Amino acid sequence: MALLQISEPGLSTAPHQHRLAVGIDLGTTNSLVATVRNGISVVLNDENGRALLPSVVRYAADGSVTVGEAAQAAQSDDPANTIVSVKRFMGRSLADIGEISRMPYRFADTPAGEGSKQAGMLQLRTVAGVKSPVEVSAEILKVLRSRAEDALGGELVGAVITVPAYFDDAQRQATKDAARLAGLNVLRLLNEPTAAAIAYGLDNAAEGVYAVYDLGGGTFDISILRLSRGVFEVLSANGDSALGGDDFDQRIHCWLLEKNRLSALNPQDTRLLLTHTRAAKEHLTEHGETRITAMLSTGEVVDNILTRAEFQEMSQNLVQRTLQLMRRALRDAKLGVADIKGVVMVGGATRMPQVQHAVGEFFGQTPLTNLDPDKVVVLGAAIQANLLAGNRGGDEWLLLDVIPLSLGIETMGGLAEKIIPRNSTIPTARAQEFTTFKDGQTAMSIHVVQGERELVSDCRSLAKFELRGIPAMVAGAARIRVTFQVDADGLLNVSAREMGSGVEAAITVKPSYGLSDAEITRMLQDSTQHAQDDMQARALREQQTEAQQLLEAVQHALEQDGELLDQAMRAKIETRMGALRDTLSSSDHLTIRRATTALNDSTVSFAQKRMDKSVASALSGKNISELEDK
Amino acid sequence: MAISLTENAAKHVQNFIAKRGSGIGLRIGVRTSGCSGMAYKLEFADEACSDDLQFSSNGVTLLVDPKSLPYIDGMQLDYTREGLNEGFRFNNPNVKNQCGCGESFGV
Repeated sequence: MALLQISEPGLSTAPHQHRLAVGIDLGTTNSLVATVRNGISVVLNDENGRALLPSVVRYAADGSVTVGEAAQAAQSDDPANTIVSVKRFMGRSLADIGEISRMPYRFADTPAGEGSKQAGMLQLRTVAGVKSPVEVSAEILKVLRSRAEDALGGELVGAVITVPAYFDDAQRQATKDAARLAGLNVLRLLNEPTAAAIAYGLDNAAEGVYAVYDLGGGTFDISILRLSRGVFEVLSANGDSALGGDDFDQRIHCWLLEKNRLSALNPQDTRLLLTHTRAAKEHLTEHGETRITAMLSTGEVVDNILTRAEFQEMSQNLVQRTLQLMRRALRDAKLGVADIKGVVMVGGATRMPQVQHAVGEFFGQTPLTNLDPDKVVVLGAAIQANLLAGNRGGDEWLLLDVIPLSLGIETMGGLAEKIIPRNSTIPTARAQEFTTFKDGQTAMSIHVVQGERELVSDCRSLAKFELRGIPAMVAGAARIRVTFQVDADGLLNVSAREMGSGVEAAITVKPSYGLSDAEITRMLQDSTQHAQDDMQARALREQQTEAQQLLEAVQHALEQDGELLDQAMRAKIETRMGALRDTLSSSDHLTIRRATTALNDSTVSFAQKRMDKSVASALSGKNISELEDK
Repeated sequence: MAISLTENAAKHVQNFIAKRGSGIGLRIGVRTSGCSGMAYKLEFADEACSDDLQFSSNGVTLLVDPKSLPYIDGMQLDYTREGLNEGFRFNNPNVKNQCGCGESFGV
């Protein structure tokens, strides 16, 4: 009979309705699968008791495919048909990949605009035909799927697959496509650091702000998370999708080439040496030095001793780069090193002593390594999969996300006023008060924009709506409260309300719609590159707006109380108004400011006269003759 | 009237409860469902109900509601491995027939 697992209270499944779900860590170097069994997340091993499946796929001429250890063993002999680290090619075009010449593969670029989803994406020519990275990844997923189905004794309802936090839309879509090709139902793609936090948060139930330092085979991710009462809140995320343990291998590889005066190796020798460098790197984790020996196909012999100190020296700037990204993530979260309660280490590359040491020094504390860094991510993914499959009730937890770009509205002069700054956690709500620009203004157009730039024209327009029925008042008297609300699904709700009369208008938009991670990155980069220009532009627009407001006010005053002025005064004011109008199109805000100040100065006595007049009319009927005597 | 579990099963249950971090024992019962009429229920127990029958076997507390007991009286719970799969097996002397997979049974 079937073997049963213990369920949570009240959640026993009906016969034949087990909701088997797994978490999958589709890694650059190794992949794993895990599930929650008897309430505990466990990694599923293969029939030989191995948890890690090397992410290596080999295609043979007869069309057969080998995955894992067997394929890895063949990579020196058949490098062109043995695909390693395919994750780096997911959702990428040839142009995205650097160092192509160093790779032993024959690439093909799918022409763009072929109408297929993978148009523009790179492909690999193998002896079994042209394969896309999606197909190669699907082979890895198929092996994990059958391992899981054997281990669980049934078909899977779905899987949670982890991806680096910095994967863009194309890379995420490619991952989903690979899963579909492997016959897996994707319950959700989960960011790797978040999965690690789930594994640690639940297993250790520790509260506080944590940094997740994930140095895998090919990717680096840093996330700042807050864990409290079982709620994971992502404060900020940063990373580099092309930095990982492979780069450390590459450093040793280059060192070997230099040391032995080797140039341009054939693919087979490149692969052979990389296999040896990886082994050397792993050996140095436990030992002070390692010996690398290899016989190349040319008959040349490589035989070198590499010490840990030498390795640390040559990989120092890689480690420094991770620390730089960490600093940036901390800055985005507005936190200092002292705010970090613990550092979670994820990824096999964090076993390297120099990495642990550098991270420990940076944070002034020993990083957490009590869960296996290779398994942390998949264990968390399994917990999430179990939850999404409906095998766990009650104390569900919320996964909070951050807003990638600031949200705001357009103010006079085409300036963007930020209301919710970027990296704010969702759900969130912020309100700000605005006022009318003109006397008697009864409507206000609200233009919702997204982006980091100062000018609306440089930001992305999300929506426009109008608040009507504002009671007529003098400019600046109306109080219009604009509220931005972003719910847990990332939906933005903007409402505007005139506080005096209570008139209201609202709109709902989805800010991230149609904006890929790449576009977000570009918009962020633009904002830093153009910071100086933007400041100038903002100052200019503000000055222009102020000038226009002054011109309108003076014009209005002249029409109403022009008779209070003598000819000379009036002429002077009108000249200066003309001068200010002429400067409006100037690109120098100081010129406009000077003209504005000049006009302002010339109207001081006029303003006084108007004040006196209004005081007089206010007091009329009381003692007007006395006032006139003065 | 009693139910029990094997030493091996007890060892696993204790391990699971320890890793889960809470729980006073196992709740075992039957429900009317499935193709052969009855299905087993196997859950972690966080608290005992007032009419629960309690058994202790190899150091593990087993809770059974009185209605379920007649169907599983004398049963022994075992933990086994079948290839890559592993889990609990109900050795129930009351079973007269069961469906192909054994997930549901009749008495």
